[in-house]
Amino acid sequence: MSEKISIRMSGLGGQGAVTAAHILGAAAYRDSLQVTVNPFFGAEKRLAPAESYVRISREPIFERGEVLYPNIIMIFHPHVITMGKCYTMPFFDGLQEGGTILINSATPLPLTKEDRHNLTERKAKIYYVPATEVAMQVSGTELSTNIAMLGGLYGIRPLTSMKALEESMVERFGGGKFVASATTAALDDAVKEKFGKVSQMIEKNMEVIRKAGESLTEHSLS
Amino acid sequence: MSRQQIADPQHLLFEAPRHQSFITGSEAVAEAVKRANVDMAIAYPITPQSESMHLVGELYEQGYIKDFYRAENEFAVMAAIHGASLGGGRVFTATSGPGTLRAMEMFPVWAGARQPIVCAFMCRGVSLPPSIQPENIEMGMLLDTGMLMLHAEDGQDFHDMILKGFVVAEQPDVHLPVGVFVDGFFATHTKDRVMLPPADLKLPPYDPRSAPVPTFDMETPPMRVTRDPLLNKSNFISGSANASWHQEILAAAERSRRHLRKCLGGLLEVQNPGAKIMIVASGTAVSQSREALRLLRAEGMEVGLIKIKSIRPFPEAELAEATDHADLIVVPEFNAGGWLGREVKAALDNNRRVISAPRIFGGMSMPPGLIVETIKGAMGTKKRTAAGV
Repeated sequence: MSEKISIRMSGLGGQGAVTAAHILGAAAYRDSLQVTVNPFFGAEKRLAPAESYVRISREPIFERGEVLYPNIIMIFHPHVITMGKCYTMPFFDGLQEGGTILINSATPLPLTKEDRHNLTERKAKIYYVPATEVAMQVSGTELSTNIAMLGGLYGIRPLTSMKALEESMVERFGGGKFVASATTAALDDAVKEKFGKVSQMIEKNMEVIRKAGESLTEHSLS
Repeated sequence: MSRQQIADPQHLLFEAPRHQSFITGSEAVAEAVKRANVDMAIAYPITPQSESMHLVGELYEQGYIKDFYRAENEFAVMAAIHGASLGGGRVFTATSGPGTLRAMEMFPVWAGARQPIVCAFMCRGVSLPPSIQPENIEMGMLLDTGMLMLHAEDGQDFHDMILKGFVVAEQPDVHLPVGVFVDGFFATHTKDRVMLPPADLKLPPYDPRSAPVPTFDMETPPMRVTRDPLLNKSNFISGSANASWHQEILAAAERSRRHLRKCLGGLLEVQNPGAKIMIVASGTAVSQSREALRLLRAEGMEVGLIKIKSIRPFPEAELAEATDHADLIVVPEFNAGGWLGREVKAALDNNRRVISAPRIFGGMSMPPGLIVETIKGAMGTKKRTAAGV
């Protein structure tokens, strides 16, 4: 990886965009890359817009806050696009030329003519992954949607080793408490309750990642 | 219970081998408090501070802190912290934006009572209009409360400045509260590399006898007599005592410079000292400026950067010296009021060199490119002025 990777994850509260960023960031850290992770959210309520940002580089990273010029955008829910539930309008604002967009949807979303035109001009590559469906099928809970989104991302471009990704999930869900917010702690308990053991949960999550990678489709703008 | 060894502050802060961790700024706060030998912490939640004090509460559960509770509101927190400190304890708390304003009355009280309280401020909007997002306007409102004010750039600074805050605050010739400030979310919620000293070391306990004023002790007269006579100008002695006490608070802040220099390695830090264009910033604006320097260097422009670490006391003399040769001084900051720009202008001769911009607020992120544009714009204006256009 020679250039800096700037990822913007836009989702709805409770979908795990913040957690996905933490897992990805921890994996990059394990692979000795330079990395920072930070979330942005308003009132902590389910379905409110929530974003998180991951910057990965070989050079030191100083910049803080929102990723204004991403080269990868991950959309965790169609409402981010169709209902404008994100911190930028349009959802791809600032996307670098040749950038990648990964959208959680089983079917392509109806983008406006203007959006399609602008995305074509930027030479954007658009991928769809049915992340919620994969999460339901493989692990039996849509709480794994964020993991399926990471699976889609790694299907396009593995940003770290799979080993580091797995280890960072063990770190996140296995060991001590992680306090991102009170609601995150409650959701952590809910997700852990779904699985008998942490090892079982990690195993399922790795399967979600593989399956999501296989379910990826590239979408032509033309 | 925790098993920690007491370490000399010099050893804990500067000599003990550190290990690298990948943690949020909130976790960095808890790591600092864990090593600070704190007697009591009192919390009241407010975003983006909540996670930090939540983690501090867990330190209490683990036995690192002797007492902890959640108070009724921020004013109650700061008032109770005042009481706990008067009783001779080392205390810690934290708040944000509207919480800071709600508790405002207590900050001068801490300074007035010469209390070495360390309080973290995870700055955010103050409902001007409502916002829970990062901005540091509350710092501009606290400049004259008598407390010392340190502005951390990132998680590493935040961790170190909290520990160093206790060391400086408790010096007998200082003995003033220290506020350690960060820009909320940008520092508190960002996961980054932080180098931590060993977890089995902690600061020596606070010795209340090091205070230059009597500890509030209900058992031992005459300490049980509060400092009430200072309150009213009821006679010549009390009136004079009030004035000289106030002067002594200001003098104590001046005396803190020596300790801050030793602990922080200077009240400010300069990168590219010879450059004719200097950026002066504090907090997260420093990080964004570092990226701006990188962009400018790619275009062959060398620009300097002055990171102000101590806002109170303000490094007037150091700043004047570091900018003496500069033609242009740009001050980016995360608030609409521009308090740092005013501080810089007040400290310098020929302050027409100072451009108090860009100002970013309401939770917006500061694009490094905007700092670059501000510099270029100001250079263009300068050229036109020189040419008489």
